[in-house]
Amino acid sequence: MHIQLNGESFELPDGQTVADLLVRLDLVGRRVAVELNLDIVPRSQHASTSLAEGDQVEVVHAIGGG
Amino acid sequence: MSAVPNDKPFVLAGRTYQSRLLVGTGKYKDLEETRAAIEASGAEIVTVAVRRTNLGQNPGEPNLLDVIPPSRYTILPNTAGCFDAVEAVRTCRLARELLDGHKLVKLEVLADQKTLFPNVIETLKAAETLVADGFDVMVYTSDDPIIARQLAEIGCIAVMPLAGLIGTGLGICNPYNLRIILEESPVPVLVDAGVGTASDATIAMELGCEAVLMNSAIAHAQKPVLMAEAMKYAIEAGRLAYLAGRMPKKLYASASSPLDGLIR
Repeated sequence: MHIQLNGESFELPDGQTVADLLVRLDLVGRRVAVELNLDIVPRSQHASTSLAEGDQVEVVHAIGGG
Repeated sequence: MSAVPNDKPFVLAGRTYQSRLLVGTGKYKDLEETRAAIEASGAEIVTVAVRRTNLGQNPGEPNLLDVIPPSRYTILPNTAGCFDAVEAVRTCRLARELLDGHKLVKLEVLADQKTLFPNVIETLKAAETLVADGFDVMVYTSDDPIIARQLAEIGCIAVMPLAGLIGTGLGICNPYNLRIILEESPVPVLVDAGVGTASDATIAMELGCEAVLMNSAIAHAQKPVLMAEAMKYAIEAGRLAYLAGRMPKKLYASASSPLDGLIR
């Protein structure tokens, strides 16, 4: 299936969860926050939140800013 | 112990801070310079931005929050780069998730790229939503006293008028507006943006600001770590002068040495 990940098209197998996606992105254990179709996905729900075709996913982190 | 004896504590969202200097983490050469400058500044509250993770790039790269650990610093995520209330609220919710439910945010909604002037209408809308959603909102705003009052009435925990435009280093451009804001504000007033060098920070504190937030003045100094230290003393000097109360300005001279006992 295709999702929109941080504004770009991204391909992944059907039935994957947010946790699976973070493994695939090598972001396990990193301090990130995930938004799915404009709603926050709390860390505790990464493993139980399935992704679907066309989902819009944002993965963010903290960077330098004023 | 506070740097300034017998001062009232600087309290934000129920937490007491010794330092009245808040610093940003943008524009530094690298993370080591960021870390060293923040250390030298003595700041306890440090702003960060929230951005899309660079996917597939340098997975081992150190993270900002590894050098500015939330266990040691109060992290103040900002909404820099947001140009409407919806984006700003979304960014704050992501920040809260990123920082494990942390409620303190710096709200800034900008109006245009050239001036980075706040869009106060969108700022007011975002502030209402965020306060209702349980955030502790420190809000960047213009130096308009009426808007500052409205933001406090909405329930923002601090109002942070600009002293000059972001990144300009022009100093305190309109001390009279700041004085009006300071006189009537029921919540802490912090100068955010415009400070260029240590004397600017001192002036902001002499006016009676609770604290000053800065980034470029340190990060864009020739020697950022040294300027960070200068800012620490500037904030303390300004606070002491405010507490001491300056002498009145006079047009004519008044001799400091007694006139009695002169040899004639």
